[in-house]
Amino acid sequence: MRADPLDATFAALADPTRRAILARLASGEASVTELAKPFAMSQPAISKHLKVLERAGLISGGREAQRRPRRIEGEALAVATGWLERYREVWEGNFQRLDTLLEELKANEAKREAKRGGKKRKGEKK
Amino acid sequence: MTRVFNAPATLVFDAWTKPELIKRWLGVRTGWTMAVCEVDLRVGGAYRFVWRGPDMTMGMRGAYREVVPPVRLVSTEKFDEAWYEGEAVDTMVLVERDGKTTVTTTVRYVSREVRDAVIKSGMATGVAEGYDKLAELLPSLA
Repeated sequence: MRADPLDATFAALADPTRRAILARLASGEASVTELAKPFAMSQPAISKHLKVLERAGLISGGREAQRRPRRIEGEALAVATGWLERYREVWEGNFQRLDTLLEELKANEAKREAKRGGKKRKGEKK
Repeated sequence: MTRVFNAPATLVFDAWTKPELIKRWLGVRTGWTMAVCEVDLRVGGAYRFVWRGPDMTMGMRGAYREVVPPVRLVSTEKFDEAWYEGEAVDTMVLVERDGKTTVTTTVRYVSREVRDAVIKSGMATGVAEGYDKLAELLPSLA
């Protein structure tokens, strides 16, 4: 069974600590010590998260030496966000068409109300 | 999936449940039409949608579990192409305020594995609101 890189990306993103690590790396590379600071978590626990992110190709830098700073790798994330973006576009399209339809339905209702209003006035004349 | 519409709930509910209206917006981007749009709007009633595109056909079907116009609609859904196992349960809630209606739809899959498979597939009925809202995107477990 061929492994889908999207699987690894989404699994990596499905954790708040890993998302926070990525957010931190988005503003520049950082060492494991620096990355561990904001979390009430041991370094080995952080390293586990980093391994998941590395295997998904979302960060790089840890392979050669643990001491080396980690860097965010944009391409894997771009594939995932591209995938999400396509879904968003499909539903945005649906909703835009629905918006147009609803405007038409409201206009039709207003016309019907106006007609009814006219008939009422004729009736009330007496 | 949450979206606000500039219309009263009765109209939004109609647009979502009357075939002549559904055909005008659901999945009908350029090159696509709804070849089949059948709705039997009652508890236990069935619906059937089939879309025809430039080089493919896509179909889905399901049954209604709860029908409370214009505020609530619960239905099952299953695609012909079986993108995922089992049936999903679709819950739609409409809340009207000052002439605007907020529609919230939650789709519940049979299991976490199925949910994740759906997210990973290229299925066109998925919804995305951006990377930082990924947690909200994942539907709740059955």
